[in-house]
Amino acid sequence: MSYFRAENLSLHFGGLKAVDAVSFAVEKGEILSIIGPNGAGKSSIFNLISRIYRPTSGRIFFEDQDITEQPPYDIAKLGIARTFQNIELFENATVLSNLLVGRHRHSSTQLWQELLFLPSVRANEKLHRRRVEQVIEFLDLEPYRDKLISGLPYGVRKVIELARALCSEPKLILLDEPSSGLNVEETDDMSFWIRDMKSELGVTVLMVEHDMSLVNRVSDRVIALNYGRVLAMGSPSEVQQHPDVVAAYLGA
Amino acid sequence: MRFLFKTDYEDDIRLFPHSGYVVSYGLLFAVLLIAPYVLSSYLMSQLVFVCIYATVGVALLILTGFTGQASLGHAAFLAIGAYTAAYLQKYNVPFPVYFLAAGVLTGCIGALVGFPALRLQGIYLVIATISFAFIVEEILARWESVTNGNEGLRVKALSLLGVTVSRDSPTFYFLCLAVLVLTIVGTLNLLRSPTGRAFVAIRDSETAARSMGVNVALYKVKSFAISAAITGFAGVLFAHKLSFISPEMFTLQLSIEFIIVILIGGTFSLHGAVLGAIFIVMIDPFLTYLKDDMPGVIAGIAAAFGAGTVTAGNIQSKVAAFASLNGLKGAIYGVIIMLFVLFEPLGLYGRWLKIKLFFQLFPLYKRATFKRQKIYVKSERNR
Repeated sequence: MSYFRAENLSLHFGGLKAVDAVSFAVEKGEILSIIGPNGAGKSSIFNLISRIYRPTSGRIFFEDQDITEQPPYDIAKLGIARTFQNIELFENATVLSNLLVGRHRHSSTQLWQELLFLPSVRANEKLHRRRVEQVIEFLDLEPYRDKLISGLPYGVRKVIELARALCSEPKLILLDEPSSGLNVEETDDMSFWIRDMKSELGVTVLMVEHDMSLVNRVSDRVIALNYGRVLAMGSPSEVQQHPDVVAAYLGA
Repeated sequence: MRFLFKTDYEDDIRLFPHSGYVVSYGLLFAVLLIAPYVLSSYLMSQLVFVCIYATVGVALLILTGFTGQASLGHAAFLAIGAYTAAYLQKYNVPFPVYFLAAGVLTGCIGALVGFPALRLQGIYLVIATISFAFIVEEILARWESVTNGNEGLRVKALSLLGVTVSRDSPTFYFLCLAVLVLTIVGTLNLLRSPTGRAFVAIRDSETAARSMGVNVALYKVKSFAISAAITGFAGVLFAHKLSFISPEMFTLQLSIEFIIVILIGGTFSLHGAVLGAIFIVMIDPFLTYLKDDMPGVIAGIAAAFGAGTVTAGNIQSKVAAFASLNGLKGAIYGVIIMLFVLFEPLGLYGRWLKIKLFFQLFPLYKRATFKRQKIYVKSERNR
């Protein structure tokens, strides 16, 4: 049984088939990239997994558990974290509190304990803070801890979003275009981090990406989509040479 | 300028970041403790109202400032707290019991209001809370067996541990101050723990909050319940301070006053609630003073510029007539809100931070420092 599996996943908006009977599997510890032209349904698949959309039909399994009907907030509790294509950070809060929200799925304190800030809450806070610090160190975010998000440049925000997802100690992380809007150097950093996430933190990565050099560098396998359908699946070079994929990109 | 070197995770958690805070808040606390033995009874009475308004302000900040859910129904929550106290008092229920009961009941009703509010945002939520306030006002006027209708209810002086505490006594002031301080400390505790961060997350991006495992619906209801409960506690004190309550005290105007408290104080910090409360309580005597003295002053100025006695008298009576127009107070409140939203969206506390920064950075202060926040507050807040 695969670690993560989508079976015949479909999302229809009226007559438009944004995602059409897509099936794929992610093995534990691999980096799988989804590529495809604009409007191919890549981000829609992510939104189906994190339950922002309800699938028209099809099922999603994670660790042999059917998660198709889980409410959105439970997806994160199961250990699936994500980033967004157009950064969704908590703008008017500091970097630290953004990252601490990432720890939300591990918080176990009750409201009345928090009102009194009992020693158990304090101990928990310190634990969360320590874990957040590990992520800060991992992604070199030390200069920004107490800065407000609204005052930070785009590239840094992108990394902070990744950091927030990592703070939840995910088993599976969904990266929606991690390199969009980043310059060459920042993209290089990102590719190293994605590989380190796999090797050091043991996170399984499912990624949507347009930058083919990044895809080639980090992916174990690639899926190519067009018009909501799977065109090809395999190693990065196999997929890039697949005649259907070439046709979809070049319009032959 | 002071640089903080953090050497422990504790440094991010503690309420007072450095000793300067301990000194200044210690001084403030000392002043508040000796206030009843120094200030006149009129100012003491105003101070009690500041405490009550600030408590409601903190409650509203939790809901509007930190969770991003606007409410124009807080006068209704205050009324529920006040009437619960007045009703239970008739059956000789002791103060601590009806105080808690008022908070719990108001909190439950707040949670009930929270449920329909889950699907509403921005202006629609405001309308929903206004209608809730009207419903409560109407119930208070009609449910005569419990509320005594429009004739209102008399509230006896509260008795604490067998001692009668008059509403003008220092003890009553200390009680209100204690409630305010406990509310502030509790709220600060909440804000530095997972629940408070979930509130802020919901305010800034519901989608992201959800994808991080925050049960948005649950936390919105929690926010409503906490906010309502605190307002209920304040309602008990309000009833005792006024010693008489009737439905027309808890109108839309009062809800708007609470909104003014946080808008003028500043919606991003608890300081705002206290500053806003001082502003709203002190503006009333100020307006009365203007109403009584302005006509004479203006006539005096007119006379000095060569107007005859008859003309000056004419001007005086016209200005006096204008000052006693009905609804003038509401109009002044409206103008104040507009001016603050346009020119000082971060409120009095934001202004204080700017003044502080000016002196800390002197002579390097840039006006642009706060510009980005200002643009954010103007454009995206309370969609």
